[in-house]
Amino acid sequence: MSWDLVFILLVDGLANGAVYLLAGIGLVLIFSVTRVVFVPFGDVVAFAALTLAAFEAGRLPPTIGLVALLAVLATGAEAWRLWRAGQPEGILRAILGWGLLPLTPCALAYLAAGSDRPAAVQIAAAILLVLPITPLIARLTLQPIADASVLVLLMVSLVLHFLLSGLGLLFFGAEGTRTRPLTGLAWNIAEGYSVSGQIIMMVVAALLLSLLFYLAFEYTLTGKALRATAVNRRGARLVGIRPAHTALLVYSCASLLAGMIGVLVAPVTTMYYDSGFVIGLKSFIAAIIGAMVSYPLTAAGALVVGVSESFASYWSGALKDAIVFGLLIPVLMLRSAMAQQVEEEVDEIDP
Amino acid sequence: MKPRHFAAVLCLAVATGAGAADLKVGLSTSLTGPAASIGIPYAKGMKAALAYKGEVGGRKIQLITLDDGSDPTTAARNARKLVDEDKVDILMGTSGAPSAMAMAGVGREAKTPMIALTPIALDGEDGAWLVAVAQPASLMVGAAVERMKKNGVKSVGYIGFSDAWGDLVYDALVKAAEPAGIKVVANERYARADSSVTGQVLKVLAAKPDAVMNGGSGTPGALPFLALAERNYKGGLYGSHALINADFVRVAGASAEGLIAPTGPVIVAEQLPAANPIRKVAMDFRAAYLREHGVPTTDAFSAYAFDGWLVFLDAAARALKKAEPGTPAFRVALRDALIVTKEVVGSHGVHNFKPGNRYGFDERGRVLVKLEKGQWILLP
Amino acid sequence: MSRRFNHTLVAGSVLAIALLPAALGDFGVALANDVGISVLVVLGLVLLTGVGGATSFGQAAFVGIAAYASAWLTTVHGASPWLGLLFATTVTGGAALAIGMLTLRLGGHYLPLSTIAWGLAIAMLFGNIEALGRHTGLANIPALQLGPWSLLDARAIYYLIWTIVGLAFLFCHNLLGSRAGRAIRSLRGGSTLLASVGADAYRVRLSLFVTAALLAAVAGWLYAHKNRYISPSPFGLRASIEYLLMAICGGVGHLAGALLGPGLLLALKNLLQDALPMLSKSGERLETLAFGVVFIALLQRARGGAMGFVGRHLGRQATLTPAKPTTVSPLPRRRLPPPGAEVLRVQGVVKRFGGLVAVDGVSFSVAAGEIVGLIGPNGAGKSTLFNLLTGTLPLSAGAVSFCGRDIGGLSARTIASLGMARSFQHVKLRPNMSLIDNVALGAHLRSGCGMLRGGLRLDRREERQIAAEALRQLERIGLAERAFELAGSLPLGTQRVLEVGRALAADPVLLVLDEPAAGLRKLEKRALAELLRRLREEGVTILIVEHDMDFVMKLVDRLVVMNFGAKLLEGTPAAVRADPRVQDAYLGSVA
Repeated sequence: MSWDLVFILLVDGLANGAVYLLAGIGLVLIFSVTRVVFVPFGDVVAFAALTLAAFEAGRLPPTIGLVALLAVLATGAEAWRLWRAGQPEGILRAILGWGLLPLTPCALAYLAAGSDRPAAVQIAAAILLVLPITPLIARLTLQPIADASVLVLLMVSLVLHFLLSGLGLLFFGAEGTRTRPLTGLAWNIAEGYSVSGQIIMMVVAALLLSLLFYLAFEYTLTGKALRATAVNRRGARLVGIRPAHTALLVYSCASLLAGMIGVLVAPVTTMYYDSGFVIGLKSFIAAIIGAMVSYPLTAAGALVVGVSESFASYWSGALKDAIVFGLLIPVLMLRSAMAQQVEEEVDEIDP
Repeated sequence: MKPRHFAAVLCLAVATGAGAADLKVGLSTSLTGPAASIGIPYAKGMKAALAYKGEVGGRKIQLITLDDGSDPTTAARNARKLVDEDKVDILMGTSGAPSAMAMAGVGREAKTPMIALTPIALDGEDGAWLVAVAQPASLMVGAAVERMKKNGVKSVGYIGFSDAWGDLVYDALVKAAEPAGIKVVANERYARADSSVTGQVLKVLAAKPDAVMNGGSGTPGALPFLALAERNYKGGLYGSHALINADFVRVAGASAEGLIAPTGPVIVAEQLPAANPIRKVAMDFRAAYLREHGVPTTDAFSAYAFDGWLVFLDAAARALKKAEPGTPAFRVALRDALIVTKEVVGSHGVHNFKPGNRYGFDERGRVLVKLEKGQWILLP
Repeated sequence: MSRRFNHTLVAGSVLAIALLPAALGDFGVALANDVGISVLVVLGLVLLTGVGGATSFGQAAFVGIAAYASAWLTTVHGASPWLGLLFATTVTGGAALAIGMLTLRLGGHYLPLSTIAWGLAIAMLFGNIEALGRHTGLANIPALQLGPWSLLDARAIYYLIWTIVGLAFLFCHNLLGSRAGRAIRSLRGGSTLLASVGADAYRVRLSLFVTAALLAAVAGWLYAHKNRYISPSPFGLRASIEYLLMAICGGVGHLAGALLGPGLLLALKNLLQDALPMLSKSGERLETLAFGVVFIALLQRARGGAMGFVGRHLGRQATLTPAKPTTVSPLPRRRLPPPGAEVLRVQGVVKRFGGLVAVDGVSFSVAAGEIVGLIGPNGAGKSTLFNLLTGTLPLSAGAVSFCGRDIGGLSARTIASLGMARSFQHVKLRPNMSLIDNVALGAHLRSGCGMLRGGLRLDRREERQIAAEALRQLERIGLAERAFELAGSLPLGTQRVLEVGRALAADPVLLVLDEPAAGLRKLEKRALAELLRRLREEGVTILIVEHDMDFVMKLVDRLVVMNFGAKLLEGTPAAVRADPRVQDAYLGSVA
């Protein structure tokens, strides 16, 4: 294998890894606070990409209808809860927060659709439009069973993935799309070998974003509150951190992240309604290597997965994933051996 | 809706459904799952066909469509349900050879004829109840290989799906290339939803082939061409007929310029000579599709469903003279009629079946097209 | 719910299943066959994931291995499908054993992820092996033949499938009620709990894993010869997820959930398939969506699945009733050392965590028949020392001998087998097991029936002995009346007492109790002290590690006081009480 080959595969792997990195951070973020392995994260990424593609094609993205429907349902659920809890005075706030707030990006997206808006407007509209999806869905499906076992939460989140990708198929069709690259520049390394500016941009953006998230969690009060919740849920509650609020916060952050990933990857790869699952699965691996709590290790894991995937596809395209997952098992054994031998009890199953 | 009202609606629906139709067609297709990009066009084409001609011999035809979620187990279960519960006279389906094979097994056991919309072949007794209205891969890939030979290609690299379709095209390529003196120098595979095929393309390029053959389908089939363009590949580009639809052209863009692929005549119907009988049927199909769905058809798959329908109509008209629909006798008569089908003109070709030949195609069922500036141009 | 009611329910189900084909159309029977095959896989999942706590995303791969193995043998080599069954189970069992040995030591989320990894990789391999027909698969698999009868027809194979399902249920039910079953049901309590009764969590999990794989293998064999055509896609990750959904939907903690889950799920899908096209013109496209919504709604109403729902409305129950403790010869007992002989000797024990010395050169000994207290303020290193003695942590230096044998490097499990029984500071009981089952778990090492004998009910004599012993220990600790209640319903103080009972069931030489008084109320403490005193009178040797001075003072013969990881002094309660250094240590820790 010659050096230029290695280089190309490495760049390709880093581009993959950058996506897994961002998605992995999103997964870790959600898991550490809510114990939910949020499989539909990848679907939100796909929604963002396909929404942007719809904007570019001059169509009104059907995502608007989804967000509006979710907002109505969430408002209804919240109002019903408040009514039953005997706090009807909170309903107005619920309508504002769960209804009007998520509907704002719908209105913006409605205005942004149409002939030839600048790319920046379309991108912003796409990111904003998918932003409410995760928190709204979590409010409707996961929050009512927030204290269920990890297994049940995982199953609900898997079914959510099937639901969202099913909706994606209905909305966007089975065929894939690519959006226009933001930059046509390319970096010529050698005769016949170039790296597109879009990929460089994506990798750099991924690194910056992940650094930003990392710093935010290490050094801001909100970040510390989130980490506290992750370490000890009950303890956090005792010092006044409300789990439902922190959950809402992380779901929103993750959704924002998903939106950004969507618009970053849309120009460099073909996105399908069900692309999200692969992204989710691979970034889940990264997150596991990071033990679901460590951001730097997750980053390392993501890049390792991306690069090994790229090389595996060179060695044997047909068995690519088998190779990547096969390599994973020794890594897991190593990680498991390295993990502190704390006595682990599995949580009891739900009655 | 209260349960009782719901039940009432159900009863009403069942009551109006039964007896209204004399002939029943059961379609199982992949409306969801990985094969949906092929399965949805099948369903749409079939609906257009029903609207185009919904009766035969004065009897109405009822179409029952089920989703198999791209899963062979579900496809087999659907087939059984269509046969046992809906008492269909004929089965049709589905995207992907494994699912279609699973359905064919049920059809054979239940003695119900089946029209496969995807190229599968069961030999001898196992295929006695089956005909296929999609061109066999050997016919199509053979045409591409002939063109390669004409263009002076000496070696070809293959990159295709890691699924049954990828296997089928590869096998056909190897079989056709050897007698033509063309060497198949690479066999690389990728998954439909993969985000990158850089590794595979590098490996194909390392073998320095004169041409690259693509065994993918639809938009996912664009990925190798995009990667090849990125590496400035200048050799010939060839593909299978499954690639061809408008979305593929949109996604592949300039990277697939000059791509040569075999296809059914329906794709370039307007370019066919006026004397070609296929032209009229293909144009009829397009019109029927536009009427039913409000958008023009852009793919080849919906046309297979249409052809399946035409073959069925022709056989049913003959079988109706022998037995009443809904009876085992009718299904036998329908099977017997199907396997002696003669010169049924469809949008993809002219169908002729014989007891030993489950594929009804001849040379009239294939044309070669070239992608030029986003348009499929018929090659002479 | 009475036992009689249970029997009626089971008899009713069997009768219903036997008569079902008469009431169903051909498609209904075919659907019931699919349900039956899924039930086998889900039964394995209930054992492995629900009861054993190891989530598997790879069961479909085992189904696939078996299906391909039998299909290959019968189509390529023309062997009989019955030989195929033997081959399929052997290959699948072997594969499961190999995979299990590699991955089952993984902890936490690593284990489920590893199941995704091999589940995906195996399914991918099927599609790339020439002899297995690559992605197109293998066709023309022969149908099953039972003597002169062909089982090609759906109605014919129905009875075979459901007989197998019935036998599998019986096996699993027996298994869970057996000695091995108690260990399996304790897996969720962690490996330390199992080690404390002398069981190896890894081996229990491994045999469970293989059992679940074998159930999947039988399902795969049935699948291959029923459908007579196989291809890779029904054995991929998606299918594995589907099996898990079935298990969750039925109730992953109950065997009956394995019956309800697949039934409900396939019936729901079939219903949606029928109903949706009537409600909407393009209804057939909405099936997946409607299914998702219904599934989530179900879990929100009953997160324990259908069985959770049933359980809530019929009242909770201990589903497994142990063998009747009729008159049997008692379990063999250990030869105990004579009173006064040295049982435990701790010499210069050191434990370092990196730079931190948690235990620094502690020495003391315990003689048979006495109660020794090991006390000290918070952070004195008592718990670390406790873990060193029981083998939970390895020693950094020094020596521990137990009944004259050096146990320094031995595992917790081996130490338990030598006759050291322990309790836990944070009570480790199995809340969903009855009191008698919890105590019987303690007798694990005094009996020897494995999974096979347990599942086949060849363990009855031994089970009666164990039940009698457990009941005897329950009487000893004063809980015999509540033997069949669930341990989770007891107050904390009684749970501590129950842990002592479990330890006693091991017929120990030495009983080591880790802070037994922590978190107890005054009355509970008094009752516990009462019990321990009575045990001493019966000649049981006890070492208590305790923070609470008052609790131990009135109880023990001798005290060892620790502070800052080292031994401060040793003596009678009166001497210790009088020593100013002890008061300083305790007060100092408060200040």
